[in-house]
Amino acid sequence: MAALYEGYTLCGLAPAQNQSNSGVLGVEAERDSDHVVVTDSTRSVTLYKVSDQKPLSSWTVKQGQTLTCSAVYNPQTKEYVAVSDGKVSADVWRVHCVAGGEPVVLFKRGAVRLLDALLSAPQQPIEEVLAQEESIRWSTNIVTESQQFAIFTTEQKGDHFLYLQRLNPNTLQRYRLEREEPGLSPLSFSASYRDKHIRLLYLYPNGHVYQSVVSERGLVTDEGGQAFPLPRSLLLSLPVGEGLLEAASAQALDEAHIAVVGVPHPSAGSGKDFLCIWNTNFQTLQAGKEIAGKIYGQLWSFWNKLFIPHGKTLSVIPYECPKSSLASALGKMRQVKTEGELEQICSTATTFDTAPVEEVQREVDLLLSRTDIQDLQPSLGQLASTLVSRTLQDPAFYTPSSLAQLVHTRCLCHSVCPDLVLLALERKDYFLCQLCLQFFPDIPEAITCACLKAFISLEPDGVSFMETLIARERGPDGLLNGFSPTSAAEYRSDGLGGGGTRAQQDEEMTSPPPEQICPVGLHKAVLLNEVLQTAYSDSFLLPHLKDLSSQQVVLFLQYLQFLYLKYSQDAFPQTHGLRSPSLSQILDWVCVLLDAHFTVLVMTPEAKGLLVNLHSFVKSQVRLVSELGKIEGSLQELNKMTAKKDVGQYSIEIIELF
Amino acid sequence: MGEFKVHRVRFFDYMPAAIRAMAFNRRTERLALARADGALEIFNFADNYFQEKVIPGQDGRAVEALCWVGRRLFSAGLNGEITEYDLENLRPRYTVEAYGGPIWTISGNDQGTLLAVGCEDGTVKMFEVLEDRIQFQRNLDRQKGRIISLCWHPSASLIAIQLGPELLAQSSSEVVVWSIAFLSDHTIISGDSAGKVQIWDGLTGTLARTHLVTKWDVLALSVSQDESSLVAGTSEGTVVQFQFLSSTLDGQNKDWVRTRTFKNHSHDVRALVHTETAVVSGGMDTQLVVRPLLDKVEKNTQESAMRKMAFPHRSLVCCAKKAGLLLFQFPDHLELWRLGESDGHGDLPVKRKPEKLIQLKRKGEDHICCSALSPCGGWLAYSTVTSFRLYRLQNNTISITKVSKLPKDLRSAHQLCFSTDSSRLFASSINSSVVVVALNQPECKYLHTLKPKSGSREPVHLLFASEDGKWLATANTACEVQVYNLDKIKLHCTVPVYGSCPTAIAIHPTSSNLVVVHADQQIFEYSLVQKEYTEWSRRLQKQGLHSLWLERDTPITHVTFNPKHPAHIILHDMFMFCVIDQSLPLPEAKTRLFNQMILRSLPEPMRILHRHAFKMCKTFQNLMCVRLLEDHSLVVVERPLLDIMSQLPAPVRQKRFAT
Repeated sequence: MAALYEGYTLCGLAPAQNQSNSGVLGVEAERDSDHVVVTDSTRSVTLYKVSDQKPLSSWTVKQGQTLTCSAVYNPQTKEYVAVSDGKVSADVWRVHCVAGGEPVVLFKRGAVRLLDALLSAPQQPIEEVLAQEESIRWSTNIVTESQQFAIFTTEQKGDHFLYLQRLNPNTLQRYRLEREEPGLSPLSFSASYRDKHIRLLYLYPNGHVYQSVVSERGLVTDEGGQAFPLPRSLLLSLPVGEGLLEAASAQALDEAHIAVVGVPHPSAGSGKDFLCIWNTNFQTLQAGKEIAGKIYGQLWSFWNKLFIPHGKTLSVIPYECPKSSLASALGKMRQVKTEGELEQICSTATTFDTAPVEEVQREVDLLLSRTDIQDLQPSLGQLASTLVSRTLQDPAFYTPSSLAQLVHTRCLCHSVCPDLVLLALERKDYFLCQLCLQFFPDIPEAITCACLKAFISLEPDGVSFMETLIARERGPDGLLNGFSPTSAAEYRSDGLGGGGTRAQQDEEMTSPPPEQICPVGLHKAVLLNEVLQTAYSDSFLLPHLKDLSSQQVVLFLQYLQFLYLKYSQDAFPQTHGLRSPSLSQILDWVCVLLDAHFTVLVMTPEAKGLLVNLHSFVKSQVRLVSELGKIEGSLQELNKMTAKKDVGQYSIEIIELF
Repeated sequence: MGEFKVHRVRFFDYMPAAIRAMAFNRRTERLALARADGALEIFNFADNYFQEKVIPGQDGRAVEALCWVGRRLFSAGLNGEITEYDLENLRPRYTVEAYGGPIWTISGNDQGTLLAVGCEDGTVKMFEVLEDRIQFQRNLDRQKGRIISLCWHPSASLIAIQLGPELLAQSSSEVVVWSIAFLSDHTIISGDSAGKVQIWDGLTGTLARTHLVTKWDVLALSVSQDESSLVAGTSEGTVVQFQFLSSTLDGQNKDWVRTRTFKNHSHDVRALVHTETAVVSGGMDTQLVVRPLLDKVEKNTQESAMRKMAFPHRSLVCCAKKAGLLLFQFPDHLELWRLGESDGHGDLPVKRKPEKLIQLKRKGEDHICCSALSPCGGWLAYSTVTSFRLYRLQNNTISITKVSKLPKDLRSAHQLCFSTDSSRLFASSINSSVVVVALNQPECKYLHTLKPKSGSREPVHLLFASEDGKWLATANTACEVQVYNLDKIKLHCTVPVYGSCPTAIAIHPTSSNLVVVHADQQIFEYSLVQKEYTEWSRRLQKQGLHSLWLERDTPITHVTFNPKHPAHIILHDMFMFCVIDQSLPLPEAKTRLFNQMILRSLPEPMRILHRHAFKMCKTFQNLMCVRLLEDHSLVVVERPLLDIMSQLPAPVRQKRFAT
């Protein structure tokens, strides 16, 4: 939980006469976490050692001159940069410098220059970026891995804009902030960079704290300068007490915490002289501290310290916002892999990137012969996706057996290598599809449907392709991993039941009614059974099911009906195959299929017989179930009667001890 | 060994009252427990959780909260009174009216100098604890609602109070905080009717964390003494544990993390105590549950076993063995039953059904604390804390006559016992003394008072008069066992004091050996003639009792002998009865203790090889009483726990008063 520690005074202040201004122009980081540069609004810059609370050195500009923006420290050159009387070649708004970046000068009219470039050509023309009545309100400078940004906000007739100026190469983006209640302007801004995004946090006088996130890469801008609307999300709605906030500031501390000064404490009345840390994820107040004296709405944070001018002092308040997770609390942190293992995985991954099929196969065999295969789960996923992405790029490369072996470890799942199932479908590797359907717990409904569609519309060619595949991979005694609808001798090819298909014409006059003949071939049935057994959620499956053609739906329904009848007749259908869908799975699929295609089916002439059959069958089943219910009731009574014979209130018994 | 004809009785409708409040005295390791009928029980956790004292309830005394101040016990209740108890004479010592309406909570500071009570009218009243009484000191500022819960800060300079429904009104529904805890770092923890356990920073008044633990109410909270663990009891019957753990590996930044959930109750958990090693809980379902925390005790030991205490550790049934009558004791009445009869031999149809002869309602507000029926069935006596009554019974005509003239020394008794010939009544009285009265038709006459030499003030809880009328044995809660010679009317001997409380005593009818069974399951046999432990007792101590015998978790509540077999001792606890045959070898550590099933399956000659002294029968369960009648048949009184459960209200969420 975040905490605010005991604060201490860094220095005294000489606030302006009317007390509206703290007299501090800025606090900037210096060489390390223990040094800051404080610029006051008159003429001096002072370097402080924070832990000692004492000034190390100080500079003053000549009498008659004033410092117009806070001095910054350039750690690369170990120089300080300050601007006096606001002028270089045009009016300067501020100079920014952060560790890892070069000093940047922001001019009042919105132009941005690197300090070096400016100093080498001091008389260069400075363009005007801002419109006539537009002026800068706040600015900062952010350095990411690849880029340096100057960020500033402006106001123009009550509208607020965010400018994102990239340096080297220079591009500029302009965003328009959404309007808050009329007349309200943001009181403070704070920008941070995390996960390739720049996050802007701003506080309004009504206590609303918004966050807007802009991608580091950003949009491609046309130079027309049209302002994009800047989406925002309400992070917090702080209590404001009576009236609006006047001098307040919010600073992002980390991804979940913000520090706010000048806002009332929720359980201490309407006084606004508090510094609080809020958790934005849980909207909870984590720590609070009363701040004596006037608050000017200024707040800086460097290295877990907050710097606040208040009354006639500048205080330093150390804070802490630890990350916490339940897993660590319960001692369930995963152990870190040893170096050796990681190396092996890395080398295997390189092999996968380049080596021919045989070598990849060898590596996989080697890897899977390890005993601690379960511990390698995350790495296996990485390897599989390497293999998949190479296969996707290189049409000539395919390692069906290696992939099948990897899937067989049960260490993979769909989310780890999302392209695998579609790849298998594309390469018509139905055996691999079957394995994925069987072992992946998290196949999305869209993919399940794609498989279903592919399986239903399999041509006999396709099936035979798969047959050879299975024969190759699993050998002659290979596991026919599925429900056998009929005996192997009755193996049939596809055909729509009801009509005069070839298969039916071959049958003798004594052939069973059409609904008792399996409408699909054995291998197709095996694949369909696998689809039936995957997990899904109705509402996600339904829209994808609509993609099936009516012919496919009818065939599939026929197959489902066949399965259902089979179940109703056989007492123990599971004995037929190792993996077969349960009765309730079959019924669920019938329902969802009917839901998705009911109107189509009603209009389709060849479905009519099927639907009538289904209806009459369901009707008879309902009748049967109600009869069974009655029998159950009677038997239960019988059970109660025998139990009742137990001991009553009193009995005389004989016991024997030995 | 032989057959027993057994009268299996299940018509004793014993119904324990719900547990309302508990308080644990860490120094003496005594748990005080209050039930809904106002009765108080004291359990000694250091002595196998033995229920050593019971203070009977009283009509209208609804104890809502309990608190120990040193060795003194206070209660407060909805009658608006604070009561201190006399733990030596097992009665209220005095009662003080708080004048604030019903009292919902009472709490003493750690220093033992102040008592704070929270009242219906919104005041917190402070009482100074004086040596022999308490004195009103002051009122804290009056709050708007009733004070449901209060808690002292360990430094005693602060007090956290919790108001009634007004506080924490969130959205539209009213939330009542039922219980709070105040830690030394000023953290306040609350449990409320919205099912939440909330952790507050007491200094800033801010909510630090909320744990939703139940759909119903969180009724009780208790924090371990080192403040590293917290338990919350809910209306669903669950107890949820939270621990103050570090969320990062470096041990910094501790936080309250929900860790375990125990479900040992079917109904509201109203009272909770977090001892050093266990969670003790009780509530509507009337059972006291001690659930050891496995990180605090050694695993797979007796200490790590969970205990459920469903029955009192003393007998509520009295049997007139000559007349075949049973007397059942309830808090507000007595029932006298005559056992049925069978045709004598073979598997037995009941020829005559058992019959309830008399239901005797008590007089006054105080609940019955003890009762006795003479062996001949001609006398019946009972006592409350304020009165004593004796009745003459005529069983043939079923008539009952109150004996009106009673000696003034016989005003109240902790325990009652008739002599075998029904000519004497023994009543344990104050300061461990026993009053002896002679019963002569139609009156009763005071004879004398027997006093121990030790000067102990602890109450006598066990009495046994020998068959021949010569000896009277007594045991008190200070673990002292005294034997008086009734012929000479003086103390005969004091049995060497053993460190665990006696739970049953009996004197052998022919050998005059005294058998004492203790709460730690040890058995001693002491010769009254030689005034020393018998040879058998020494042998038993030397070899040690079987580990399975010692691991039983209910005490032996009665010992008797079989006149047909002088070597047999019959005793029982809640889950079995046992015949100890002193002539057989003692079971060794590796011997199977429960061997009746095996012996049954063996042919007769083989049995002799496998027999040992402890013949245990588990056919009957939830035993309230096992007695041997004069005709050598056994009476077994069972009270199945399921029957008790079925009389409880439907589980889930019992609303507490006007919430």
